[in-house]
Amino acid sequence: MREVSVTRLSAAIRDAVILANTVMTPDIQRRLEEAQNQETGPVARAVIADLLENAAIAQAEHIPMCQDTGLVVVYLTFGQDVHWVDGEVEAAINDGIRQGYREGYLRFSVVADPLRRVNTRDNTPAIVHYRLTPGEGVHVDILPKGFGAENRSRLAMLKPSDGQAGAEQFILESVRVAGPQACPPFIVGVGIGGDFERVAELAKEALLEPLDTPNPDPYLADMESRLTDAINAMGIGPQGFGGRTTLLGLRIKVGATHIAGLPVAVNMSCHSTRHLAFDL
Amino acid sequence: MGQVSPRAALRLPLDAARVARLRAGDQVALTGPVLGARDAAHQRMRDLLAAGKPLPFEIAGETIYYVGPSPAQPGQVIGSAGPTSSYRMDAFTPELLALGLRGMIGKGRRSRDVTRAIQSHQAVYFGAVGGAGALLARRIRKQEPVAWDDLGAEAVVRLWLKAFPAVVINDVYGGDLYDNVMGADGAGAVDE
Ligand code: SF4
Repeated sequence: MREVSVTRLSAAIRDAVILANTVMTPDIQRRLEEAQNQETGPVARAVIADLLENAAIAQAEHIPMCQDTGLVVVYLTFGQDVHWVDGEVEAAINDGIRQGYREGYLRFSVVADPLRRVNTRDNTPAIVHYRLTPGEGVHVDILPKGFGAENRSRLAMLKPSDGQAGAEQFILESVRVAGPQACPPFIVGVGIGGDFERVAELAKEALLEPLDTPNPDPYLADMESRLTDAINAMGIGPQGFGGRTTLLGLRIKVGATHIAGLPVAVNMSCHSTRHLAFDL
Repeated sequence: MGQVSPRAALRLPLDAARVARLRAGDQVALTGPVLGARDAAHQRMRDLLAAGKPLPFEIAGETIYYVGPSPAQPGQVIGSAGPTSSYRMDAFTPELLALGLRGMIGKGRRSRDVTRAIQSHQAVYFGAVGGAGALLARRIRKQEPVAWDDLGAEAVVRLWLKAFPAVVINDVYGGDLYDNVMGADGAGAVDE
Protein backbone atom coordinates (compact mmCIF):
# COMPACT_ATOMS: atom_id res chain seq x y z
CA MET A 1 0.00 0.00 0.00
CA ARG A 2 1.16 3.51 -0.80
CA GLU A 3 -0.04 6.67 0.87
CA VAL A 4 -0.60 9.65 -1.41
CA SER A 5 -1.50 13.07 -0.06
CA VAL A 6 -4.42 14.83 -1.74
CA THR A 7 -2.52 18.10 -1.33
CA ARG A 8 0.00 16.82 -3.88
CA LEU A 9 -2.87 16.07 -6.23
CA SER A 10 -4.28 19.52 -5.67
CA ALA A 11 -1.00 21.32 -6.37
CA ALA A 12 -0.35 19.26 -9.49
CA ILE A 13 -3.81 20.03 -10.85
CA ARG A 14 -3.34 23.75 -10.17
CA ASP A 15 -0.14 23.76 -12.23
CA ALA A 16 -1.60 21.53 -14.92
CA VAL A 17 -4.65 23.69 -15.69
CA ILE A 18 -2.42 26.73 -16.15
CA LEU A 19 0.05 24.86 -18.33
CA ALA A 20 -2.63 23.17 -20.43
CA ASN A 21 -4.29 26.49 -21.20
CA THR A 22 -1.13 28.37 -22.11
CA VAL A 23 1.04 25.82 -23.93
CA MET A 24 -0.09 24.07 -27.11
CA THR A 25 0.52 20.32 -27.10
CA PRO A 26 3.41 19.28 -29.39
CA ASP A 27 1.23 16.95 -31.48
CA ILE A 28 -1.20 19.75 -32.38
CA GLN A 29 1.70 22.10 -33.04
CA ARG A 30 3.22 19.58 -35.49
CA ARG A 31 -0.11 19.05 -37.23
CA LEU A 32 -0.53 22.79 -37.72
CA GLU A 33 2.99 23.09 -39.11
CA GLU A 34 2.27 20.27 -41.57
CA ALA A 35 -1.00 21.94 -42.53
CA GLN A 36 0.84 25.18 -43.17
CA ASN A 37 2.91 23.40 -45.80
CA GLN A 38 -0.09 21.75 -47.44
CA GLU A 39 -2.48 24.68 -47.66
CA THR A 40 -2.41 26.67 -50.86
CA GLY A 41 -5.17 29.25 -50.33
CA PRO A 42 -4.08 32.60 -48.90
CA VAL A 43 -6.89 32.83 -46.33
CA ALA A 44 -6.29 29.32 -44.99
CA ARG A 45 -2.55 29.97 -44.81
CA ALA A 46 -3.14 33.22 -42.96
CA VAL A 47 -5.38 31.53 -40.38
CA ILE A 48 -2.89 28.73 -39.69
CA ALA A 49 -0.07 31.25 -39.41
CA ASP A 50 -2.21 33.14 -36.87
CA LEU A 51 -2.83 29.99 -34.85
CA LEU A 52 0.88 29.19 -34.69
CA GLU A 53 1.73 32.77 -33.76
CA ASN A 54 -1.06 32.70 -31.19
CA ALA A 55 0.44 29.63 -29.54
CA ALA A 56 3.87 31.26 -29.45
CA ILE A 57 2.50 34.44 -27.84
CA ALA A 58 0.46 32.48 -25.30
CA GLN A 59 3.46 30.43 -24.23
CA ALA A 60 5.84 33.40 -24.06
CA GLU A 61 3.45 35.66 -22.16
CA HIS A 62 1.77 32.98 -20.03
CA ILE A 63 -1.70 33.91 -21.23
CA PRO A 64 -4.37 31.46 -22.38
CA MET A 65 -4.32 30.46 -26.06
CA CYS A 66 -8.09 30.80 -26.09
CA GLN A 67 -10.27 32.89 -23.81
CA ASP A 68 -12.65 29.95 -23.37
CA THR A 69 -10.48 28.20 -20.83
CA GLY A 70 -13.10 25.52 -20.54
CA LEU A 71 -14.94 23.26 -18.18
CA VAL A 72 -12.28 20.96 -16.73
CA VAL A 73 -12.66 17.22 -17.25
CA VAL A 74 -10.37 15.18 -14.99
CA TYR A 75 -9.58 11.47 -15.35
CA LEU A 76 -8.06 10.11 -12.18
CA THR A 77 -6.66 6.62 -12.65
CA PHE A 78 -5.17 5.08 -9.53
CA GLY A 79 -4.04 1.75 -8.22
CA GLN A 80 -6.24 -0.15 -5.80
CA ASP A 81 -3.32 -0.20 -3.37
CA VAL A 82 -3.25 3.59 -3.11
CA HIS A 83 -4.44 5.10 0.15
CA TRP A 84 -5.40 8.77 -0.14
CA VAL A 85 -4.57 10.87 2.93
CA ASP A 86 -4.94 14.48 4.14
CA GLY A 87 -8.44 15.07 2.83
CA GLU A 88 -11.08 14.30 0.24
CA VAL A 89 -9.96 13.49 -3.26
CA GLU A 90 -12.66 15.33 -5.17
CA ALA A 91 -12.45 18.41 -2.95
CA ALA A 92 -8.70 18.47 -3.58
CA ILE A 93 -9.21 18.30 -7.33
CA ASN A 94 -11.59 21.25 -7.19
CA ASP A 95 -9.22 23.17 -4.92
CA GLY A 96 -6.49 22.76 -7.51
CA ILE A 97 -8.76 24.05 -10.24
CA ARG A 98 -9.90 26.99 -8.12
CA GLN A 99 -6.31 28.04 -7.42
CA GLY A 100 -5.15 27.47 -10.96
CA TYR A 101 -7.94 29.47 -12.54
CA ARG A 102 -7.43 32.37 -10.12
CA GLU A 103 -3.65 32.47 -10.17
CA GLY A 104 -3.42 31.81 -13.89
CA TYR A 105 -5.94 34.54 -14.85
CA LEU A 106 -8.07 31.93 -16.60
CA ARG A 107 -11.72 32.63 -17.32
CA PHE A 108 -14.44 31.36 -14.98
CA SER A 109 -16.79 29.59 -17.34
CA VAL A 110 -18.90 27.41 -15.05
CA VAL A 111 -22.45 28.04 -13.81
CA ALA A 112 -23.71 26.09 -10.81
CA ASP A 113 -27.06 25.24 -12.38
CA PRO A 114 -27.92 24.92 -16.07
CA LEU A 115 -31.21 26.82 -15.86
CA ARG A 116 -30.59 29.39 -13.14
CA ARG A 117 -27.10 30.07 -14.42
CA VAL A 118 -25.15 31.65 -11.58
CA ASN A 119 -21.39 31.63 -12.20
CA THR A 120 -19.44 29.77 -9.49
CA ARG A 121 -16.60 32.32 -9.91
CA ASP A 122 -13.83 29.76 -9.56
CA ASN A 123 -14.45 27.43 -12.53
CA THR A 124 -15.47 24.53 -10.29
CA PRO A 125 -16.82 21.91 -10.13
CA ALA A 126 -14.87 19.74 -12.54
CA ILE A 127 -16.28 16.67 -14.26
CA VAL A 128 -14.30 13.85 -12.61
CA HIS A 129 -13.96 10.27 -13.80
CA TYR A 130 -12.32 7.65 -11.57
CA ARG A 131 -10.72 4.45 -12.77
CA LEU A 132 -9.12 1.73 -10.71
CA THR A 133 -6.08 -0.22 -11.82
CA PRO A 134 -3.95 -2.83 -10.07
CA GLY A 135 -0.97 -1.59 -8.07
CA GLU A 136 0.04 1.76 -6.54
CA GLY A 137 0.29 4.14 -9.48
CA VAL A 138 -1.58 7.44 -9.90
CA HIS A 139 -2.16 8.85 -13.38
CA VAL A 140 -4.08 12.04 -14.11
CA ASP A 141 -5.37 13.37 -17.42
CA ILE A 142 -6.94 16.80 -17.59
CA LEU A 143 -8.94 18.19 -20.49
CA PRO A 144 -10.28 21.74 -20.07
CA LYS A 145 -13.02 21.69 -22.70
CA GLY A 146 -14.24 24.77 -24.58
CA PHE A 147 -17.90 24.87 -25.44
CA GLY A 148 -17.86 26.36 -28.93
CA ALA A 149 -16.97 22.87 -30.12
CA GLU A 150 -18.63 20.91 -27.30
CA ASN A 151 -21.99 22.42 -28.26
CA ARG A 152 -21.70 20.87 -31.72
CA SER A 153 -21.24 17.30 -30.47
CA ARG A 154 -23.82 14.59 -31.32
CA LEU A 155 -24.91 11.11 -30.30
CA ALA A 156 -27.01 8.49 -32.13
CA MET A 157 -28.36 5.10 -31.14
CA LEU A 158 -27.98 3.34 -34.49
CA LYS A 159 -29.20 -0.14 -35.41
CA PRO A 160 -26.70 -3.02 -35.66
CA SER A 161 -27.68 -3.35 -39.33
CA ASP A 162 -26.50 0.22 -39.97
CA GLY A 163 -23.03 -1.22 -39.52
CA GLN A 164 -19.75 0.45 -40.25
CA ALA A 165 -21.21 2.36 -43.19
CA GLY A 166 -23.98 3.81 -41.02
CA ALA A 167 -21.54 4.79 -38.30
CA GLU A 168 -19.25 6.50 -40.81
CA GLN A 169 -22.17 8.34 -42.36
CA PHE A 170 -23.24 9.68 -38.96
CA ILE A 171 -19.68 10.75 -38.12
CA LEU A 172 -19.26 12.59 -41.42
CA GLU A 173 -22.64 14.27 -41.12
CA SER A 174 -21.82 15.40 -37.57
CA VAL A 175 -18.60 17.04 -38.67
CA ARG A 176 -20.32 18.60 -41.69
CA VAL A 177 -23.01 20.29 -39.59
CA ALA A 178 -20.63 21.36 -36.81
CA GLY A 179 -19.66 24.42 -38.79
CA PRO A 180 -17.39 27.38 -38.21
CA GLN A 181 -18.54 28.15 -34.66
CA ALA A 182 -16.78 24.96 -33.52
CA CYS A 183 -13.46 26.54 -34.60
CA PRO A 184 -12.06 24.30 -37.32
CA PRO A 185 -9.53 22.79 -37.85
CA PHE A 186 -11.16 20.19 -35.65
CA ILE A 187 -10.02 17.34 -33.48
CA VAL A 188 -12.77 14.74 -33.39
CA GLY A 189 -13.29 12.09 -30.74
CA VAL A 190 -15.52 9.20 -31.80
CA GLY A 191 -17.04 6.63 -29.47
CA ILE A 192 -18.71 3.48 -30.80
CA GLY A 193 -20.39 0.89 -28.59
CA GLY A 194 -21.18 0.70 -24.89
CA ASP A 195 -24.53 2.17 -23.90
CA PHE A 196 -26.02 5.66 -23.94
CA GLU A 197 -23.59 7.26 -21.46
CA ARG A 198 -20.59 5.02 -22.10
CA VAL A 199 -20.48 5.93 -25.77
CA ALA A 200 -20.17 9.63 -24.91
CA GLU A 201 -17.38 8.81 -22.47
CA LEU A 202 -15.58 6.82 -25.15
CA ALA A 203 -15.82 9.76 -27.55
CA LYS A 204 -14.32 12.11 -24.98
CA GLU A 205 -11.61 9.63 -24.00
CA ALA A 206 -10.65 9.45 -27.68
CA LEU A 207 -9.63 13.12 -27.40
CA LEU A 208 -6.92 12.12 -24.93
CA GLU A 209 -5.07 10.06 -27.53
CA PRO A 210 -1.98 11.66 -29.08
CA LEU A 211 -2.55 12.67 -32.71
CA ASP A 212 0.71 11.29 -34.00
CA THR A 213 0.52 7.68 -32.86
CA PRO A 214 -1.68 5.52 -35.07
CA ASN A 215 -4.57 3.52 -33.66
CA PRO A 216 -3.14 0.16 -32.52
CA ASP A 217 -6.17 -1.63 -34.02
CA PRO A 218 -5.57 -1.78 -37.81
CA TYR A 219 -9.30 -2.01 -38.55
CA LEU A 220 -9.93 1.24 -36.66
CA ALA A 221 -6.75 2.84 -38.02
CA ASP A 222 -8.06 2.21 -41.52
CA MET A 223 -11.47 3.69 -40.65
CA GLU A 224 -9.81 6.74 -39.10
CA SER A 225 -7.71 7.43 -42.15
CA ARG A 226 -10.67 7.10 -44.52
CA LEU A 227 -12.78 9.44 -42.39
CA THR A 228 -9.90 11.90 -42.15
CA ASP A 229 -9.57 12.08 -45.93
CA ALA A 230 -13.33 12.44 -46.39
CA ILE A 231 -13.51 15.28 -43.85
CA ASN A 232 -10.58 17.17 -45.31
CA ALA A 233 -12.19 16.80 -48.74
CA MET A 234 -15.22 18.75 -47.46
CA GLY A 235 -13.25 21.95 -48.03
CA ILE A 236 -14.48 23.66 -44.83
CA GLY A 237 -10.92 24.64 -44.00
CA PRO A 238 -9.49 26.62 -41.08
CA GLN A 239 -12.30 28.63 -39.45
CA GLY A 240 -14.69 27.60 -42.22
CA PHE A 241 -13.03 30.11 -44.54
CA GLY A 242 -12.25 27.28 -47.01
CA GLY A 243 -9.18 25.09 -47.44
CA ARG A 244 -7.77 21.59 -47.10
CA THR A 245 -7.27 21.54 -43.36
CA THR A 246 -10.64 20.81 -41.77
CA LEU A 247 -9.28 18.17 -39.43
CA LEU A 248 -6.12 17.90 -37.33
CA GLY A 249 -6.98 14.47 -36.00
CA LEU A 250 -9.76 11.92 -35.56
CA ARG A 251 -9.65 9.08 -33.07
CA ILE A 252 -12.08 6.22 -32.54
CA LYS A 253 -12.58 4.28 -29.31
CA VAL A 254 -14.84 1.26 -29.21
CA GLY A 255 -16.44 -0.71 -26.41
CA ALA A 256 -18.57 -3.80 -25.96
CA THR A 257 -22.26 -3.18 -26.51
CA HIS A 258 -25.67 -4.91 -26.46
CA ILE A 259 -26.72 -7.31 -29.24
CA ALA A 260 -29.50 -4.89 -30.20
CA GLY A 261 -27.47 -1.67 -30.32
CA LEU A 262 -24.89 0.40 -32.15
CA PRO A 263 -24.37 3.65 -30.21
CA VAL A 264 -22.16 6.26 -31.89
CA ALA A 265 -21.00 9.55 -30.33
CA VAL A 266 -19.03 12.35 -31.93
CA ASN A 267 -17.33 14.72 -29.50
CA MET A 268 -16.23 17.81 -31.38
CA SER A 269 -13.08 19.58 -30.31
CA CYS A 270 -10.99 22.34 -31.78
CA HIS A 271 -7.37 23.25 -32.56
CA SER A 272 -7.30 24.52 -28.96
CA THR A 273 -7.77 21.04 -27.48
CA ARG A 274 -5.94 21.19 -24.17
CA HIS A 275 -4.82 17.89 -22.76
CA LEU A 276 -2.18 17.28 -20.16
CA ALA A 277 -1.23 14.06 -18.40
CA PHE A 278 0.98 13.43 -15.40
CA ASP A 279 1.79 10.77 -12.81
CA LEU A 280 2.00 11.20 -9.07
CA MET B 1 6.75 30.03 -42.53
CA GLY B 2 5.14 30.21 -46.00
CA GLN B 3 3.68 33.19 -47.69
CA VAL B 4 0.41 34.67 -46.52
CA SER B 5 -1.51 37.20 -48.54
CA PRO B 6 -1.53 40.79 -47.28
CA ARG B 7 -4.50 42.08 -45.35
CA ALA B 8 -6.00 45.34 -46.56
CA ALA B 9 -5.90 48.04 -43.89
CA LEU B 10 -9.38 49.19 -42.92
CA ARG B 11 -10.09 52.16 -40.65
CA LEU B 12 -12.90 52.28 -38.14
CA PRO B 13 -15.47 53.66 -37.64
CA LEU B 14 -17.03 52.31 -40.82
CA ASP B 15 -19.32 54.24 -43.10
CA ALA B 16 -21.44 53.30 -46.12
CA ALA B 17 -18.63 54.00 -48.59
CA ARG B 18 -16.06 51.88 -46.73
CA VAL B 19 -18.49 49.02 -46.29
CA ALA B 20 -19.42 49.09 -49.99
CA ARG B 21 -15.81 48.33 -50.92
CA LEU B 22 -15.79 45.05 -48.96
CA ARG B 23 -16.59 41.64 -50.45
CA ALA B 24 -17.10 38.29 -48.73
CA GLY B 25 -13.71 36.58 -48.45
CA ASP B 26 -11.64 39.79 -48.23
CA GLN B 27 -8.91 39.77 -45.61
CA VAL B 28 -8.65 42.98 -43.65
CA ALA B 29 -6.69 44.48 -40.77
CA LEU B 30 -8.97 46.66 -38.65
CA THR B 31 -7.72 49.77 -36.87
CA GLY B 32 -9.93 52.00 -34.75
CA PRO B 33 -12.62 51.89 -32.06
CA VAL B 34 -15.18 49.14 -31.55
CA LEU B 35 -17.64 48.30 -28.79
CA GLY B 36 -17.07 45.02 -26.95
CA ALA B 37 -20.43 43.46 -26.06
CA ARG B 38 -21.88 39.98 -25.75
CA ASP B 39 -25.00 38.17 -24.50
CA ALA B 40 -25.97 40.07 -21.37
CA ALA B 41 -25.28 43.50 -22.90
CA HIS B 42 -27.40 42.63 -25.92
CA GLN B 43 -30.25 41.53 -23.68
CA ARG B 44 -30.05 44.84 -21.87
CA MET B 45 -30.01 46.86 -25.08
CA ARG B 46 -33.14 45.08 -26.20
CA ASP B 47 -34.87 45.61 -22.84
CA LEU B 48 -34.19 49.36 -22.96
CA LEU B 49 -35.32 49.68 -26.57
CA ALA B 50 -38.48 47.65 -25.84
CA ALA B 51 -39.25 50.06 -22.99
CA GLY B 52 -38.83 52.99 -25.38
CA LYS B 53 -35.71 54.23 -23.58
CA PRO B 54 -32.49 55.45 -25.20
CA LEU B 55 -29.25 53.48 -25.03
CA PRO B 56 -26.49 55.02 -22.88
CA PHE B 57 -24.21 55.06 -25.96
CA GLU B 58 -24.64 55.78 -29.66
CA ILE B 59 -25.00 52.65 -31.77
CA ALA B 60 -25.17 54.31 -35.22
CA GLY B 61 -21.92 53.85 -37.09
CA GLU B 62 -20.51 51.46 -34.49
CA THR B 63 -18.86 48.10 -34.90
CA ILE B 64 -19.50 45.53 -32.16
CA TYR B 65 -16.95 42.84 -31.28
CA TYR B 66 -18.54 39.76 -29.68
CA VAL B 67 -15.91 39.02 -27.07
CA GLY B 68 -15.74 37.55 -23.57
CA PRO B 69 -12.07 37.84 -22.63
CA SER B 70 -10.19 35.99 -19.93
CA PRO B 71 -9.11 38.27 -17.03
CA ALA B 72 -6.25 40.70 -17.75
CA GLN B 73 -3.04 40.18 -15.81
CA PRO B 74 -1.53 43.23 -14.12
CA GLY B 75 -0.11 45.53 -16.80
CA GLN B 76 -2.09 43.99 -19.65
CA VAL B 77 -4.79 45.82 -21.61
CA ILE B 78 -6.98 42.73 -21.83
CA GLY B 79 -6.71 38.97 -21.33
CA SER B 80 -7.06 36.41 -24.10
CA ALA B 81 -9.69 37.98 -26.36
CA GLY B 82 -10.85 35.87 -29.30
CA PRO B 83 -14.36 36.04 -30.76
CA THR B 84 -17.33 34.21 -29.26
CA SER B 85 -20.02 32.48 -31.39
CA SER B 86 -22.13 35.20 -32.99
CA TYR B 87 -25.39 33.28 -33.44
CA ARG B 88 -26.30 33.85 -29.79
CA MET B 89 -26.63 37.57 -30.61
CA ASP B 90 -28.79 36.98 -33.71
CA ALA B 91 -32.12 37.60 -31.99
CA PHE B 92 -31.00 41.13 -31.04
CA THR B 93 -29.11 42.09 -34.16
CA PRO B 94 -31.68 43.19 -36.81
CA GLU B 95 -32.98 45.84 -34.41
CA LEU B 96 -29.47 47.20 -33.84
CA LEU B 97 -28.79 47.22 -37.57
CA ALA B 98 -31.97 49.25 -38.05
CA LEU B 99 -30.53 51.77 -35.58
CA GLY B 100 -27.41 52.10 -37.71
CA LEU B 101 -25.02 49.45 -36.37
CA ARG B 102 -22.49 49.22 -39.19
CA GLY B 103 -20.25 46.28 -38.38
CA MET B 104 -19.93 43.13 -36.29
CA ILE B 105 -16.95 40.90 -35.51
CA GLY B 106 -17.44 37.34 -34.24
CA LYS B 107 -17.22 33.73 -35.33
CA GLY B 108 -19.62 31.38 -37.06
CA ARG B 109 -22.79 31.67 -39.03
CA ARG B 110 -25.61 34.19 -38.61
CA SER B 111 -29.32 33.57 -39.11
CA ARG B 112 -30.96 34.46 -42.42
CA ASP B 113 -32.76 37.34 -40.68
CA VAL B 114 -29.40 38.79 -39.74
CA THR B 115 -27.75 38.30 -43.12
CA ARG B 116 -30.74 39.91 -44.84
CA ALA B 117 -30.64 42.85 -42.41
CA ILE B 118 -26.88 43.22 -43.00
CA GLN B 119 -27.62 43.68 -46.67
CA SER B 120 -30.61 45.97 -46.33
CA HIS B 121 -28.90 48.24 -43.78
CA GLN B 122 -25.55 48.35 -45.60
CA ALA B 123 -23.52 46.71 -42.87
CA VAL B 124 -20.81 44.06 -42.69
CA TYR B 125 -20.03 40.97 -40.62
CA PHE B 126 -16.41 39.98 -40.07
CA GLY B 127 -15.06 36.66 -38.83
CA ALA B 128 -12.08 36.76 -36.50
CA VAL B 129 -9.96 33.68 -35.84
CA GLY B 130 -11.68 31.68 -33.10
CA GLY B 131 -9.19 30.45 -30.54
CA ALA B 132 -6.51 33.01 -31.41
CA GLY B 133 -7.22 34.91 -28.19
CA ALA B 134 -3.60 35.60 -27.25
CA LEU B 135 -2.73 37.02 -30.67
CA LEU B 136 -5.92 39.10 -30.91
CA ALA B 137 -5.34 40.52 -27.42
CA ARG B 138 -2.11 42.02 -28.74
CA ARG B 139 -4.08 43.82 -31.42
CA ILE B 140 -6.22 45.55 -28.82
CA ARG B 141 -4.33 48.62 -27.66
CA LYS B 142 -6.68 50.23 -25.17
CA GLN B 143 -9.80 49.40 -23.21
CA GLU B 144 -12.28 51.74 -21.45
CA PRO B 145 -15.59 51.15 -19.73
CA VAL B 146 -18.68 52.39 -21.57
CA ALA B 147 -21.76 51.11 -19.76
CA TRP B 148 -23.22 48.62 -17.29
CA ASP B 149 -20.26 47.85 -15.06
CA ASP B 150 -22.61 45.69 -13.03
CA LEU B 151 -22.43 43.09 -15.82
CA GLY B 152 -18.79 42.46 -14.90
CA ALA B 153 -17.01 40.62 -17.70
CA GLU B 154 -20.09 41.20 -19.88
CA ALA B 155 -20.16 45.00 -19.49
CA VAL B 156 -19.97 47.15 -22.64
CA VAL B 157 -16.42 48.37 -23.22
CA ARG B 158 -14.64 50.54 -25.77
CA LEU B 159 -11.77 48.70 -27.44
CA TRP B 160 -9.18 50.28 -29.73
CA LEU B 161 -8.02 47.85 -32.37
CA LYS B 162 -4.69 48.04 -34.15
CA ALA B 163 -4.26 45.92 -37.30
CA PHE B 164 -6.76 43.39 -35.97
CA PRO B 165 -7.01 40.52 -38.51
CA ALA B 166 -10.46 39.61 -39.81
CA VAL B 167 -12.19 38.18 -42.87
CA VAL B 168 -15.37 39.55 -44.45
CA ILE B 169 -18.13 36.93 -44.06
CA ASN B 170 -21.28 38.87 -45.04
CA ASP B 171 -21.15 41.89 -47.34
CA VAL B 172 -23.72 44.42 -48.55
CA TYR B 173 -24.19 42.54 -51.81
CA GLY B 174 -25.59 39.43 -50.14
CA GLY B 175 -22.24 37.65 -50.35
CA ASP B 176 -21.65 35.04 -47.64
CA LEU B 177 -18.24 33.40 -47.32
CA TYR B 178 -19.59 30.43 -45.34
CA ASP B 179 -22.23 29.79 -48.02
CA ASN B 180 -19.53 29.92 -50.67
CA VAL B 181 -17.41 27.41 -48.78
CA MET B 182 -20.01 25.07 -47.29
CA GLY B 183 -23.24 25.65 -49.20
CA ALA B 184 -26.24 27.71 -48.09
CA ASP B 185 -27.94 24.89 -46.17
CA GLY B 186 -24.69 23.43 -45.02
CA ALA B 187 -22.34 23.27 -42.12
CA GLY B 188 -23.18 25.11 -38.96
CA ALA B 189 -26.57 26.42 -40.09
CA VAL B 190 -28.14 28.20 -37.14
CA ASP B 191 -31.73 28.63 -38.34
CA GLU B 192 -33.84 26.05 -36.61
S1 SF4 C 1 -14.11 26.07 -29.86
FE1 SF4 C 1 -12.00 25.87 -29.03
S2 SF4 C 1 -10.77 27.45 -30.03
FE2 SF4 C 1 -12.94 27.92 -30.37
S3 SF4 C 1 -13.46 29.37 -28.76
FE3 SF4 C 1 -14.00 27.33 -28.02
S4 SF4 C 1 -12.19 26.54 -26.94
FE4 SF4 C 1 -11.56 28.32 -28.15
